[in-house]
Amino acid sequence: MIELEHVLVVGALLFSVGLYVALSRRNAVGILMGVELMLNAVNLNLIGFARFVESPRPIDGHVFAVFVITVAAAEAAVALALAVSVYRLRGSIDVDRLDSLKW
Amino acid sequence: MDSTAVVVAFWALAALTLGSAVMVASVRDLVHAVLFLILSFIGVAGLYLTLSADFVAVVQVLVYAGAIAVLMLFAILLTPRAARDNATISYRAPVSIVAGLVGVVIVFAALKTPWATTADDDRFPTTARAIGNALLDPFVLPFEIASVLLVVAIIGAIVLVRPGEAGPGREDRP
Repeated sequence: MIELEHVLVVGALLFSVGLYVALSRRNAVGILMGVELMLNAVNLNLIGFARFVESPRPIDGHVFAVFVITVAAAEAAVALALAVSVYRLRGSIDVDRLDSLKW
Repeated sequence: MDSTAVVVAFWALAALTLGSAVMVASVRDLVHAVLFLILSFIGVAGLYLTLSADFVAVVQVLVYAGAIAVLMLFAILLTPRAARDNATISYRAPVSIVAGLVGVVIVFAALKTPWATTADDDRFPTTARAIGNALLDPFVLPFEIASVLLVVAIIGAIVLVRPGEAGPGREDRP
């Protein structure tokens, strides 16, 4: 029997691994990978809640997950276009070296 | 549905997902990291199936394992001189402490909260019809806004990577 807590624990572990990836990578695409892992963890929690929690409209969790996937796709497209554009300007997407706005 | 098989599948897929995510964090080459990321996405799709979310599982495979992973591979291949390795950062220990603390807090909150769970075991025989109805009845405005968002994102991505005179600050290349 799968319990709600099992899903939430898996989601929490996935979220913290994604947070580690997002904070420890220096390449902008690597940071985006971490963000996508965190979004996946959130989606997993939403699906878990939709499956297990008492609710008059349990399908709403699935709809939220679909919206999160949509926004993640849009965000990935814009972020990767930004990475390519920054690479053309600077020759690097190392976020430690993108300090043009630093005074 | 056989309950034991579902439980075994759930934990096997959870191990696959978390193991691939750890490999994304630890592997050096960025292309290998994307490949492990695809494996992790597919594991999450399998977890959705064990939670009887068939439509979201299919969308996950299509959008994440298909589109977003290919986008990431293209972005890596289009930035060839960028550092591909997971170069040593000086603050690796604090980062692991922060990530671990966040995980511990979320696990603690998840285990301590008295969730109002239901005993209904097959709640969703199929979900596609219900999701379609929900998208058109209570969620029609967010649905339309999502389509506008996608159009804006596509146009923005095209404008950002378009070659030629439109690039801002193109002349101050170092």
